[in-house]
Amino acid sequence: MRACFAAALLCVAGSVSAQDRTDPRTAPPGALACSGCHGAGSDIPLRGLSTDEIESAMLEFRDGSRDATVMGRLAAGFDTSEIALIAAWIAAEGGDE
Amino acid sequence: MTTDRRTLLKGLGATAALTLPHPVSAQSRGRVVVVGGGFGGATAARFLARIGHDVTLVERDPAYVTCPFSNAVIGGFYSMPEITFDYAALEAEGVRLVTGAATEVGDGAVTLDSGEVLPFDRLLLSPGVEMRFDALPGYTEAAAQKMPHAWKAGPQTALLQAQLADMEDGGLVVIAPPANPYRCPPGPYERASLIAHYLSARKPASKILILDAKEAFSKQPLFEEAWSTLYPGMIDWIPPSMGGRVAEVDPTTMTVVTDFDRYEAAVANIIPPQQAATIARAAGVTDETGWCPVSGVTFESDLVAGIHVIGDACFAGVMPKSAFSANAQAKVAAVAIDALLRGEAPNSPKLLNTCYSLAAPDYAFTVAGVYGEADGKLFEVEGAGGLSPLGAPAAVRSAEAEYARSWYATITTEAFA
Repeated sequence: MRACFAAALLCVAGSVSAQDRTDPRTAPPGALACSGCHGAGSDIPLRGLSTDEIESAMLEFRDGSRDATVMGRLAAGFDTSEIALIAAWIAAEGGDE
Repeated sequence: MTTDRRTLLKGLGATAALTLPHPVSAQSRGRVVVVGGGFGGATAARFLARIGHDVTLVERDPAYVTCPFSNAVIGGFYSMPEITFDYAALEAEGVRLVTGAATEVGDGAVTLDSGEVLPFDRLLLSPGVEMRFDALPGYTEAAAQKMPHAWKAGPQTALLQAQLADMEDGGLVVIAPPANPYRCPPGPYERASLIAHYLSARKPASKILILDAKEAFSKQPLFEEAWSTLYPGMIDWIPPSMGGRVAEVDPTTMTVVTDFDRYEAAVANIIPPQQAATIARAAGVTDETGWCPVSGVTFESDLVAGIHVIGDACFAGVMPKSAFSANAQAKVAAVAIDALLRGEAPNSPKLLNTCYSLAAPDYAFTVAGVYGEADGKLFEVEGAGGLSPLGAPAAVRSAEAEYARSWYATITTEAFA
């Protein structure tokens, strides 16, 4: 189960330079919290994932079709449009923040 | 709402130049003083500095020892250096670090114990908690040197760890958690678990007795399941209705007195009631509860304009007092403070909390919550959040333990590294 979950969000962890820093002011509601678990230093970073990959993962966590430990409980708190915005922002911003 | 967000989404996709923060203009560059360099204050200081504001961080200690994973130090599988962080990375990002204590807040300025006066446009307090040494008869600041609370990580953590190392096999460890609210609601029970982990390998005849001031506790079914699986017979929990409420302690005889009984402890971990740290009271942002009521949009005090409070010191409605909450609040508050300094209206935020508890090095579970804002108050989003499932296979518990370590590495990187 863990392998499945990790593989779903696997990506190349890049180093974080000042140039890569996101502008937190453009974050849609909820998106700033993601980096608490998925920012630099994480085993499950979001950096490098596309909007579609993040969005479909969140939707599958939400409906339970993708195994999760905590993400199912968190994704359940967001509607489809919120998830789309968060996915787009994280993909556009590099996902390190 | 959906249409607006779809439109905004298209707008986001069409905008290429989002990667670099747009520096604030000279007029809107604000002077922000942040008091307290924990998960809330350190995160907020570096986000505000990155946005382009003039940020001074006031912190009493040159390094910060984290409460998260301090129970792993007590449990013998993490070391103090692994949970200690300095502020060099923040200074490198342009945060001005002042090592000292804020003692007074006047009109637009903070006074430090050194006499230095720091003027601000906005003040962000993230001072954490202080132990109430007037709340439990016998439990004074001096008593904490014999009966450590270890509820601020650092020397208290090392003291409790040393007492457990010195204890003879067969000793009684008493843990006395306070009534709600307090810093890290599941923390005392994680501590009981990890002390049991330590003792079961080295001093297996020892017992742990939790004398509680409340009838129920955070993640209770998960902890009880873990205790019966991992440490059968080692941990007893006694709620007030069964005589568990601690009425008095005597550090000279190491006695813990409840309504019905007296216990002589080999090690007594007394966790007293808490309140927002002193500077919050000096600033006038605490109410009769001892905590700081704040806006769910900006974390600005309900009591004093221009002062924001985040982390364990604030009363953020339904959000628990956790490092994850403090970090999430810090980012929301930083963005809101920026908007206010530029004369714009802050957006309604959404926040998360995810709180890991380790019952053993390879056994963890979580409580999670999603929070929305309405009328300036945070509410828990229905149908989201909650606990890890009971009866989960060992692979799920060990996966959550790995994610707990990953979370710790990530959040300490975001705040300090």
